[in-house]
Amino acid sequence: MRLIAEKLTCVRGGRTLFRNLQFEVAAGRVLAITGPNGAGKSSLLRLIAGLLRPASGRIALEGGEPGQPVGPFAHFIGHLDATKGALRASENLEFMQVLLGGGGQTTGEALAALGLDGLADVPVRMFSAGQRRRLALARLLVAPRPLWLLDEPTTALDAEGQETFAALAAKHLAGGGLIVAATHAPLKIPSVQEIRLGTGGAA
Amino acid sequence: MIAPLRAVFLRDLRIAFRVGGGAGIGVVFFLALVTVIPFAVGPDLPLLARIGPAVLWIGALLASLLGLDRIFSADHEDGSLDVMLLAPAPLELIAAAKGAAHWVATGLPLVIAAPLLGLLLGLEPALLGAITLTLLLGTPALTFLGLVGAALAVALPRGGLLVAVLILPLTIPVLIFGVAATVGAAGGPVPFDMPLRLVGALSLVTFVIGPVAAAAAIRNIRD
Repeated sequence: MRLIAEKLTCVRGGRTLFRNLQFEVAAGRVLAITGPNGAGKSSLLRLIAGLLRPASGRIALEGGEPGQPVGPFAHFIGHLDATKGALRASENLEFMQVLLGGGGQTTGEALAALGLDGLADVPVRMFSAGQRRRLALARLLVAPRPLWLLDEPTTALDAEGQETFAALAAKHLAGGGLIVAATHAPLKIPSVQEIRLGTGGAA
Repeated sequence: MIAPLRAVFLRDLRIAFRVGGGAGIGVVFFLALVTVIPFAVGPDLPLLARIGPAVLWIGALLASLLGLDRIFSADHEDGSLDVMLLAPAPLELIAAAKGAAHWVATGLPLVIAAPLLGLLLGLEPALLGAITLTLLLGTPALTFLGLVGAALAVALPRGGLLVAVLILPLTIPVLIFGVAATVGAAGGPVPFDMPLRLVGALSLVTFVIGPVAAAAAIRNIRD
């Protein structure tokens, strides 16, 4: 499976963020998107997920059926965690599991993998930012999808959380998965290719 | 396909009842409106009984406009809506499930409260049943019309008032036929069942059109 972007142009609010962007990500590889604040990293992730429409250009996932949108094959974890404070951690994750089609680990296993096993019954409004982030990342495990689109995945995570994430990512890549991550912090993952936005438009 | 929709429905219901204010605010507003009317109108029981059905319908209509704008914008603000857009289930059906949950959390309590509030207005027991029935058939139409406004609120932060203003004119037919049916039940010139059926028809039509329009609005205005 390969993710291909051809001549992508993104215009937001009348401003061209990037123009004629080209890249390819092969199975088992990571693409790190870097660049200054406002360079369009998050917008590029949303474009790939299909949450934004490009001004021009094309994004395709090769290996699936031709013409298929990328969205149903992708996990998107933006800078918002998509968790509800009124619900318990387990309820939040069970909802995501059923909504996204399931087929992966049980919620208990996923919570344990992210170090949240003692907190399954705690309402998420009691969680710290790092714990919320861990809960959002647990979504990646309960419904396996080949492409992970992650916006600053390690924000708010402690050192141990970053190690946990790196291990999960390595396992995903070893299984033929793809990761596209917008990041400032270096990802502790081998085989990273990088595109840098915000240097005069095209990378 | 059913499981994700049930999950959306149960989740929204849980949040509505846990956060509080979901069902409560609407019913308290309804109660406040219906209790102040007799003070304004004065101690004229025949008059109160005559305008009672209209008062109950207006109260239910205004109460059901409260909280409409949060149906989608709460999920938009915390990123949940992004995940819903990437779910295998179509957004139209997810919107329908959210609308149904909103009705159970806010519309149904109004229907249940209506006969009790009708007693305050001195309505006949038979009329109480008729009003409750028209509200049971009519409030889903209010919710699913509101769903379209709720979708527009995603693009308008703090657009709660605007949603109410946008949706109110669309609810007028529901109000007219709902009150007409209760007037019919009180022995008015119109039969009871014809406007009642129209109210039910409006609910069925909006149940189909509302979620489709809401999903189209969300897809097009999100940026």
